[in-house]
Amino acid sequence: MKPEENVADTNLIVRYTANDRTNHWIIAITFVLLALSGLALFHPSTFWLTAIFGGGQWTRILHPFVGVVMFVSFLILALRFWHHNVLDSSDLQWLKQIDDVLAKREDKLPEIGRYNAGQKLLFFVMVACMILLLLSGIVIWRRYFSFYFPITLIRLAAVIHAATAFVLIVGIIVHIYAALWVKGSIRAMTRGTVTLGWARKHHPRWFRESIK
Amino acid sequence: MPLQSLDIRRRSATTVQPPSVREPPVTEGVAKLIDVTKCIGCKACQTACMEWNDLRDEVGTNVGVYDNPRDLSEHSWTLMRFTEYENPDGNLEWLIRKDGCMHCEDPGCLKACPAPGAIVQYTNGIVDFHEENCIGCGYCVTGCPFNIPRISKRDHRAYKCTLCSDRVAVGQEPACVKTCPTGAIVFGTKEDMKQHAAERIEDLKERGFKNAGLYDPPGVGGTHVMYVLHHADKPSLYHGLPDDPHISPLVSLWKGVTKPLALGVMALAALSGFFHYMRVGPNEVSEEEERDARDEARRVKEHSDET
Repeated sequence: MKPEENVADTNLIVRYTANDRTNHWIIAITFVLLALSGLALFHPSTFWLTAIFGGGQWTRILHPFVGVVMFVSFLILALRFWHHNVLDSSDLQWLKQIDDVLAKREDKLPEIGRYNAGQKLLFFVMVACMILLLLSGIVIWRRYFSFYFPITLIRLAAVIHAATAFVLIVGIIVHIYAALWVKGSIRAMTRGTVTLGWARKHHPRWFRESIK
Repeated sequence: MPLQSLDIRRRSATTVQPPSVREPPVTEGVAKLIDVTKCIGCKACQTACMEWNDLRDEVGTNVGVYDNPRDLSEHSWTLMRFTEYENPDGNLEWLIRKDGCMHCEDPGCLKACPAPGAIVQYTNGIVDFHEENCIGCGYCVTGCPFNIPRISKRDHRAYKCTLCSDRVAVGQEPACVKTCPTGAIVFGTKEDMKQHAAERIEDLKERGFKNAGLYDPPGVGGTHVMYVLHHADKPSLYHGLPDDPHISPLVSLWKGVTKPLALGVMALAALSGFFHYMRVGPNEVSEEEERDARDEARRVKEHSDET
């Protein structure tokens, strides 16, 4: 039996399996590399970031390959987690009460399942971003693909790639902040488990389903 | 070229003013004037360009047109483009245009380039690539309204006509100008070249080319390579020379004020998180809430054990 499945009497609930965690962290690591190398070419003030990757030429070479790794690993995660992220009417209510969320008045919120509306929305924002980044990225991948496309499409793809990356980076800033703010969340992705109290407070419906 | 490091007007991916202590010339800089009406298509300019810049393109194959090589490349910075045009009178006109970098006053390549100092514009108007700073991304190709830069397959850096900046820096005219046997290519200050063009255009008009004119497209702020055309009303006749070239609005959107704005919003997002945390504090689970959760879990478990 895997260790995380043997937690019935230790006051912990399994939230992510070892495979889930590995999948997540591959995406996280590739995202950081992509954000740094992408921002390096995004604006002159961040060009110094190319030094991390061994200079401008290496940044240009590595970025798209790392991008493909991120897309594939995200695709796996998205397919595995899609069914947890379907929005329903209580999610709408959650969004209307976003001020209660930010002020920590969770008792006033509708019963949250495995994911809250913010997490679900972010999931679909990321799905859209990943698809757009892949498609536009292929079009502006000068070395292998750009010469297949008309110049106007390449220009459009450059705009889409930059704009989508911006949305994704802001989304991830929100994602990281939420993990830091809601104490006890990070262990879900590092250890795989959360405490019963965490589950009951932040995801009561999921808590009740899990303890059955 | 480092020889002119005090004469830089613009430098790619640079937000501060490059060295500019010298006053820009009052003569609108330099310009090359290509009189298409005098060109005989001998390709001496191509050869001179190869010779001076030590470039050897592949010999290639004949595809049934005079254009040779078929396109600009990292080894062919200039190219004669031949067009067979049947005019409204039913006569054939053989339009020959020497293609190459137009050295725009507002260069799209430089605007798009993400590598600091890979593209510079000198105060004399020449737009030059500094390949040692080039990262090979091809954004200059995306930004160029004339489809000029080419990326080398071997060293993955962008190349194009330098307007012989190395020759011009020491007071010589570009190699193509030097060699042109009919005087179709001339070089000097832009002011002088415009004046020279005006005389040529007058002459052409007298000879029946009523639409003769100068190609110095205002959409890119004018160019430092200009054409005298017999059909200046239809530049696209000349192998697709853009009628009204300008930096694409998509490129301006991509490279304009949106970028610093986007960086600002990212920083703001991170700062908002910081201040939210400082104001409302972390969202923690209390000991009491943990106890309640454990009790509920136990109750549920006992209940399910009974049944």
